Amino acid sequence: MADSNLAPKGRHDPPTAAPLRGVRGGASPAPLDLDRLIHERMRLAIVSALAVNDSLSFNELKRLLETTDGNLSVHARKLEDADYIVCTKTFDGRVPRTEYRLSSAGRRALERYLAHMEALIRATRDR
Amino acid sequence: MASPQRIPVPLPDDPALHVRAMDNLSFIRQTMERATAFTAVPGWGGVGMGALALAAAAVAHTRLTTVEWLGTWLAASVAALTLGGWTMATKARRAGTTVFSYSGRRFVLSYVPPLLVGALLSAVLVRAGLYQALPGTWLLLYGTGVVTGGAYSVRVVPLMGLCFMALGAVALFAPAAWGNPLMAAGFGLLHIVFGLIIARRYGG
Repeated sequence: MADSNLAPKGRHDPPTAAPLRGVRGGASPAPLDLDRLIHERMRLAIVSALAVNDSLSFNELKRLLETTDGNLSVHARKLEDADYIVCTKTFDGRVPRTEYRLSSAGRRALERYLAHMEALIRATRDR
Repeated sequence: MASPQRIPVPLPDDPALHVRAMDNLSFIRQTMERATAFTAVPGWGGVGMGALALAAAAVAHTRLTTVEWLGTWLAASVAALTLGGWTMATKARRAGTTVFSYSGRRFVLSYVPPLLVGALLSAVLVRAGLYQALPGTWLLLYGTGVVTGGAYSVRVVPLMGLCFMALGAVALFAPAAWGNPLMAAGFGLLHIVFGLIIARRYGG
């Protein structure tokens, strides 16, 4: 596992996304090291779904995640504010369409989160 | 969304953390699987296209002149592409999106060029009287379109394209008499088999 992948690179990386030193050392990892922004289930789902699709519309995401308009837009907005996802609004005739894509910062955040989870599991298994 | 199962592993230190990490990973994996399973490629449309092709193969088999054979397949391809386009638009609309969404556009943009190349090459081959090269060319280029278009879709779509390309390669070097059966196997059977898989697993 390459540690360099886990180090924050972009300026958009939130301060909560800390490297995994605590986990590697075998000590009880502090949950605070987690990237809270994508740890939340709905936001984790949004980022995961966008990671395997180039872009998804608001309606596609809503159907996929079986959620409500309000819930989805609240969480999407938080990810957008952190520059984890990019939102583009267009018009399809007169119908407004909202498309979401994962930004490179968002992809890095997901990779970091995955590495963090793997490290947590490994740390327990090695014990 | 179904909540992922907890795996009860008793561990001496903080088991909850370990279990929750597993939980999170499986949640991500499930979400990704569901998200990739989202395709506007129409399963039942594919089955219909396959049925059309089988009918065309049966009719074309009885035609003695090459012009009649060609006409039968051309008519079938126009009908099948219309059916495919229509069922794709319907499926996309049902899912709350359109074929002209970003991913839909990209599918069409990578699917259509090989088909246009196929049409041009067909004209050249017909002018040169090389009718026996048509089945191979069609299967290969249609397969290419499905592979490139399917690169952005669920994995069975590019797999179907590869099967088409394999049949096309065989058709290019096989005796001319194999042309019609190979077209039936490709445009008929492959469409039906993969259409059923897509219809059952990827929502219609």
